[in-house]
Amino acid sequence: MTVLNPSGWRPEMGERVSATLDAPATVTGNRALHLEEPLLFEVGRMDHCGVDFDEVAGSPLAGLALRAAPVDLPGLSEPEAVRHYTRLSRQNYAIDLGLFPLGSCTMKHNPRLDEKVARMPGFADVHPLQPVGTVQGALKVIDQLADWLVKLTGMAAVAMTPKAGAHGELCGLLAIRAALDARGDKRDVILVPESAHGTNPATAAFAGFKVESIPASNDGRVDTAALIAKLGAHVAGVMITNPNTCGLFERDLKTIADAVHGAGGYVYCDGANFNAIVGRVRPGDLGVDAMHINLHKTFSTPHGGGGPGAGPVVLSEALAPFAPLPFVVPGSGGALRLVEEAQAAADAPQAFGRMCAFHGQMGMFSRALAYILSHGADGLAQASGDAVLNANYVLRRLEHVLHAPFGAAGPCMHEALFSDDGFAEGFATLDLAKGLIDEGYHPMTVYFPLVVHGAMLVEPTETESKAGLDQFITAMESLGARAKAGDPALKTAPHFAPRRRVDETRAARKPRLVWSAQ
Amino acid sequence: MPPMSRGCKRMRYLPLSDHDRGEMLATIGVPDVDALFADVPADARLAGPIAGLPGHASEMAVERHMARLSADSLTAGQVPFFLGAGAYRHHVPASVDHLIQRGEFLTAYTPYQPEIAQGTLQVLFEFQTQVARLFGTDVANASLYDGSTACWEAIAMAGRITRRSKAVLSGGLHPHYVGTAQTMARFTGDTLVAAQPALAARSDDDALIAAIDGETSCVLVQYPDVLGRIPDVARIAAAAQAKGALLIAVVTEPVALGLIDSPGTLGADIVVGEGQSLGVGLQFGGPYLGLFGCREKFVRQMPGRLCGETIDADGKRAFVLTLSTREQHIRREKATSNICTNSGLCALAFSIHLSLLGGEGLSRMARASHLRAVQTAQALTQVAGVALVNETYVNEFTVTLPRAAAEVVDALAARRVLGGVALSRLVPGQADLANALIVATSELTSDEDIAALAAALAEVLA
Repeated sequence: MTVLNPSGWRPEMGERVSATLDAPATVTGNRALHLEEPLLFEVGRMDHCGVDFDEVAGSPLAGLALRAAPVDLPGLSEPEAVRHYTRLSRQNYAIDLGLFPLGSCTMKHNPRLDEKVARMPGFADVHPLQPVGTVQGALKVIDQLADWLVKLTGMAAVAMTPKAGAHGELCGLLAIRAALDARGDKRDVILVPESAHGTNPATAAFAGFKVESIPASNDGRVDTAALIAKLGAHVAGVMITNPNTCGLFERDLKTIADAVHGAGGYVYCDGANFNAIVGRVRPGDLGVDAMHINLHKTFSTPHGGGGPGAGPVVLSEALAPFAPLPFVVPGSGGALRLVEEAQAAADAPQAFGRMCAFHGQMGMFSRALAYILSHGADGLAQASGDAVLNANYVLRRLEHVLHAPFGAAGPCMHEALFSDDGFAEGFATLDLAKGLIDEGYHPMTVYFPLVVHGAMLVEPTETESKAGLDQFITAMESLGARAKAGDPALKTAPHFAPRRRVDETRAARKPRLVWSAQ
Repeated sequence: MPPMSRGCKRMRYLPLSDHDRGEMLATIGVPDVDALFADVPADARLAGPIAGLPGHASEMAVERHMARLSADSLTAGQVPFFLGAGAYRHHVPASVDHLIQRGEFLTAYTPYQPEIAQGTLQVLFEFQTQVARLFGTDVANASLYDGSTACWEAIAMAGRITRRSKAVLSGGLHPHYVGTAQTMARFTGDTLVAAQPALAARSDDDALIAAIDGETSCVLVQYPDVLGRIPDVARIAAAAQAKGALLIAVVTEPVALGLIDSPGTLGADIVVGEGQSLGVGLQFGGPYLGLFGCREKFVRQMPGRLCGETIDADGKRAFVLTLSTREQHIRREKATSNICTNSGLCALAFSIHLSLLGGEGLSRMARASHLRAVQTAQALTQVAGVALVNETYVNEFTVTLPRAAAEVVDALAARRVLGGVALSRLVPGQADLANALIVATSELTSDEDIAALAAALAEVLA
């Protein structure tokens, strides 16, 4: 291999970076490119402004009671604003900087074409209540994306308006409630595996159901016999994540679905991990009645520091008539039209209503459609295959260093699960995670799923190169060895991040949620 | 060696080569990638790409396809534009979009690891402070999906606080927000007392106050309301609180607060809103930005993420997500809400825009938007048969036309004028509302736009 930069870091050099713990202090608190940034309320001024307005003639309406003073908010000129936010941005880790192996969150590369597309004026600069004839381009994006989602999942229909995964779960459960109501059935229990994401039981409760927990089996899957034993006339349905939160495919899903249907219930599938199987198996073939798709995971719309997401829900024939308003349907002459409240009586008499204002996350739809068209049916299957390949590579390379509770059971799907078994007394998953920060990575998902002690869930995604994975594995081998040996420096990690470990207890004890002059 | 890829080994977003794949499969000890899917029942496994779906496409091909779709819509920037009713078109400074595309913001996750997420966390802390000051509340959260879902969350929260389950909704509340709440209430068993909007000069404050009783958990009043009228929040709040109910104010156009008092300072207990009009843009309805503020004493009943100030191990100021014991990932079925994401990137855009404006800039923006509304109302009421409904308004008002507003809106669009929102689009099937047109303006509205709307309307109504 040609070494183009002989002075730079190379994998074979290992981690010979000298600690800078006793480096001299600086007057500003900055350390070269590590720049501290005060709060907006400390740098902004009431008489600074970064926007000019043209004068408009006239005076305010005589009867309008005007506020006595402007809102007490400081302003910034444009250069001050650009610097403030640019400096803040540099205190964040991000996919653009490196591997972000956050299990079940699917932090993969966000294609920049998708950003360009989302800003095209026909999607970004149209109002949701424009006459339908003037927004055909926007409706076509929704329609084309919906068609892909239906075909990729083998389902009958899709509700596009849910605004995130948890909102999609709510949509699916409300459709189940509406279907039960339509047949006069009072079932009120939803079965949820104990390995489920917290949104599952929270959503079921939010939708007015009682939640009963299903235990996991020893191989990290739902205990099928226990689930079937719980079925009965009170059970409205089950919520199953597949692939599940242990990174494993629920082999018995079809058997479970048949049993649930046989007992008069419905099957909700949490599609958070659909990215592992897209193009390779269709949930509709496994008996699923409803499943949300996190466009921000499977189809890589950016996570944006915590949203916005998008959570369209695919529905079976049985639940499709209850889908929420509004939705897009073919009209006359090749045009598309909207079914809103005015058209519901004729077009959707069983629709359960509206889940939010307007048409869902258009800005995510255009990005997801660009992503899907770029990959195509072949590329999507290639992507899920590479995601599973990368996860299994990490699993097999690391299972000799870290305990993999289900490693012996066979291949994992898109994420590899480890536990803190074997760590030195007093050393926990959190310590390894914070050590990973010093090595230049975002930690994996920690302490989830709850069914594994000190869980570490590693999802590399398909957009990581083998060389990148090899470097990560080297770092993990070192950290695993340090956690087992009880290296005290790990207990105080991170040492090199913009902040050391933060005091979460102090934040919660006396919450300080807004700034005020001390 | 057989090809490991399914016909797209050069796909531009996938770094693995077939050589890499072969080496990795050897390490794992399986012959091919399909072997890793052994847990999928054989009869459910797809043998190849799903029939009827195209294969991968180049960046230029996808861009061409999407550009064609984009060109198939009439965009707000192309024509005189007067739509509002819950989504507003304002000028967004160029630096806002530049800054939110910084990869460190765009491609970061929820700040669960605070040591390497101080950028996002400080932004959220600043955002919470901005929203609280804008709304006149003690505290605010780190955002929800949008205004309509935030509105339901407020109703649910008022139920938890008062242990009552009847909400009284003003007829001036956006019908989509009412519909969203009705969907949820149908399943939770809450009672909603809702009214139709009435085409009166003033909002329905008296009827709203009359509907409050000892069972009422909360009263919802939109400020300004869906017709652009400005209800007396202080008076309604006092009446609600006298009966042990909470006053929830709903703000769909936060720019208006640059000109009129903040609802929290008028006595609202909870203030929710749609933040889209600052920084976010129209985007055909989403993603938008749910704003949520309330009194400090209710903070442990709030839905959604909260960012708080603390210190790190070196004693430096730091920010962290806090009070997570309210949330689903800790409390599961006992959580205050099932919400997991917030609307982080939209909150960032909102916060940057509001930082560029400051309080004074916001007031100038609101004043310009208002003066454009005054000019537009004057111009439209010169057209025969057009009458102004509102006594007061900020930058949105309602007029009645001599015929059905939906037809007029279509006829205006045919003349390349996007002239407003027919109230019947939001409340269909009500003959007495059919002729109402909601018209919104902003600092972007020009003399030419106003003249074009008035001329087109005169032509359509002639």
